[in-house]
Amino acid sequence: MTRLEFMQGNTACAEGAIAAGCRFYGGYPITPSTEIAEHMARKMPKIGGVFVQMEDELASIASVIGASWTGARAMTATSGPGFSLMMENIGYAVMTETPCVIVDVQRGGPSTGQPTRASQGDMMQCRFGSHGDMSIIAVSPASVQEMYELTAKAFNLADRYRVPAFVMADEIIAHMRERIEVPDSVEIVPRRPLEKGTLPFAPGEDDVPGFPAFGHGYGVHVTGLTHDDRGYPSSTDPRVHERLVRRLVGKVEGANREIADYEVTNPDAEVVFISYGAPSRSVAQAIRDLDDERVGHLRLKVVWPFPDFALAAFKSARVFLVPELNLGQMAREAARHTAVPVVPVSEIGGELHTPQRLIAMAEGYL
Amino acid sequence: MNYQDWLRADRLPHIYCAGCGNGTVINCTLNAVNQMGWAPEDTVFVSGIGCSSRAPGYIITDSLHTTHGRAIPFATGVKLSRPDLHVVVFTGDGDLAAIGGNHFIHGCRRNIDLTVVCMNNYIYGMTGGQGSPCTPLGAVTTTTPYGCHEPPFDLASLAVAAGANYVSRWTSYHVQELTRAVKTGLETPGFSLIEAVVQCPTGYGRKNKLREAQDMIVWMRDHAVLLKKWRRMDDEGTPHPAGTFPVGEFVRRNLPAAGVPK
Repeated sequence: MTRLEFMQGNTACAEGAIAAGCRFYGGYPITPSTEIAEHMARKMPKIGGVFVQMEDELASIASVIGASWTGARAMTATSGPGFSLMMENIGYAVMTETPCVIVDVQRGGPSTGQPTRASQGDMMQCRFGSHGDMSIIAVSPASVQEMYELTAKAFNLADRYRVPAFVMADEIIAHMRERIEVPDSVEIVPRRPLEKGTLPFAPGEDDVPGFPAFGHGYGVHVTGLTHDDRGYPSSTDPRVHERLVRRLVGKVEGANREIADYEVTNPDAEVVFISYGAPSRSVAQAIRDLDDERVGHLRLKVVWPFPDFALAAFKSARVFLVPELNLGQMAREAARHTAVPVVPVSEIGGELHTPQRLIAMAEGYL
Repeated sequence: MNYQDWLRADRLPHIYCAGCGNGTVINCTLNAVNQMGWAPEDTVFVSGIGCSSRAPGYIITDSLHTTHGRAIPFATGVKLSRPDLHVVVFTGDGDLAAIGGNHFIHGCRRNIDLTVVCMNNYIYGMTGGQGSPCTPLGAVTTTTPYGCHEPPFDLASLAVAAGANYVSRWTSYHVQELTRAVKTGLETPGFSLIEAVVQCPTGYGRKNKLREAQDMIVWMRDHAVLLKKWRRMDDEGTPHPAGTFPVGEFVRRNLPAAGVPK
């Protein structure tokens, strides 16, 4: 049974998190993500969870990581400037393999930019913003329904791969109100506990160690320093560092096909749109209006790791058009993986691409 | 258990310099924890970055060695999520008062049930002896080669003003008092700060005519003034001799606290 509701994107994000078992929220208010914190502040005490408004974004993500080490599903939400502040501790979460969910409702940047206007300008920051080599997982919702579903999915991916998972939303999706179907329950893939007698940071079968939650007698030492399989600092041995960092990157990149989530429309198309988040809606409208099988659509629900193999689904493609609310961040990523020309279709300033503009572009290549 | 049973034997020897005061503070803290009768699986140590913050790595419990200055918010997440766990934070003066200053005052304001042990050696030890927010006026460090010209923070008074329930300052000379203070901090619900002034002969003493560990310990003994006497001098209008500082219990109270087990 599902129930129908009329809901704002940010509320749906918070509700999806709660349905997925999130019981710790540490955050700091920032437009346009604030409604997520406000909803969590109302809901968490009623369901035995914790809401804490921390003193800044550095503290917010720190508290989330601390809570996660007790075994709790934990989340924070922010926007561009706050996201930048979180970067050091996001790297810590990667290095210590701490599952957590970070929602970035993107606004126009750089700097304080446009607090109330939409953007997709943080896509590269999410992937590469923290220092060092790393890999993370990110989803990008294109509807209020997906704010609910993909937030829940992010928790499962974070726990499955012991990695920070990002919900890369934008102001349009976060602030729009839509009818959504709220399910009775969502799939929960629990964090696999560390088997007693095994080392807390040993690779294991799939490079993802079991999780030694605090308070269960593991006596685990967690450090952001390069560490051996026991978790002990070992920061000068090049072999230890290389083995660890290659595993941290490999456990995500190696599971790309398992993690990938995307939709293909008209696989025989010659002109193919690649989109994620709000611009997907303009593309969908353009595809409907064109009603021409020579125009296709690859819509990404998981954006990182980038599903490079999905581009090969379009065997007749002559050009990929990538409408984004930035100057071509994911278009550049797509171009790394195909010999077919990739054309960024940029829209910055807060307005969404009109379907008419996309139709005209597609027709120009037919 | 003996306090030595709390040490992670397979990680010893430690990385501290000869003569460092941090070992004394770790011993005092583990003695106090041991006296509490806590089980290691119910106890968590958290730290930021620096010499002080390597301490949890030598203790057998679950522990988080986090990012520079952020130990308190990490510990806040642990404590709010699992109030039944005992959470102790190791930090240093640079970690707590400079980069972590905002988290420090908000930890006190929130009065979160943590015991924070600050090893104040007046200096950044791990990066090689730069000035910190607690470097005394006139002291020579690698970044204050002509003598420190900025007045230092008084960490204990800051914690009292910001709302901590228990605040005490001792030195690595005052081993018994320090141990008792940590124990009182562990027993007190809410935020406890135990500031432990420690010798750093390598980074601080060498440049300030206190080359040997013993020189600094004697200096601390001779310059630490009991808080009662310090306040009596204030009341009498008697000036405090140069370089002296008060030690003792700054506050013990029962303001509303966060993260206290129900």
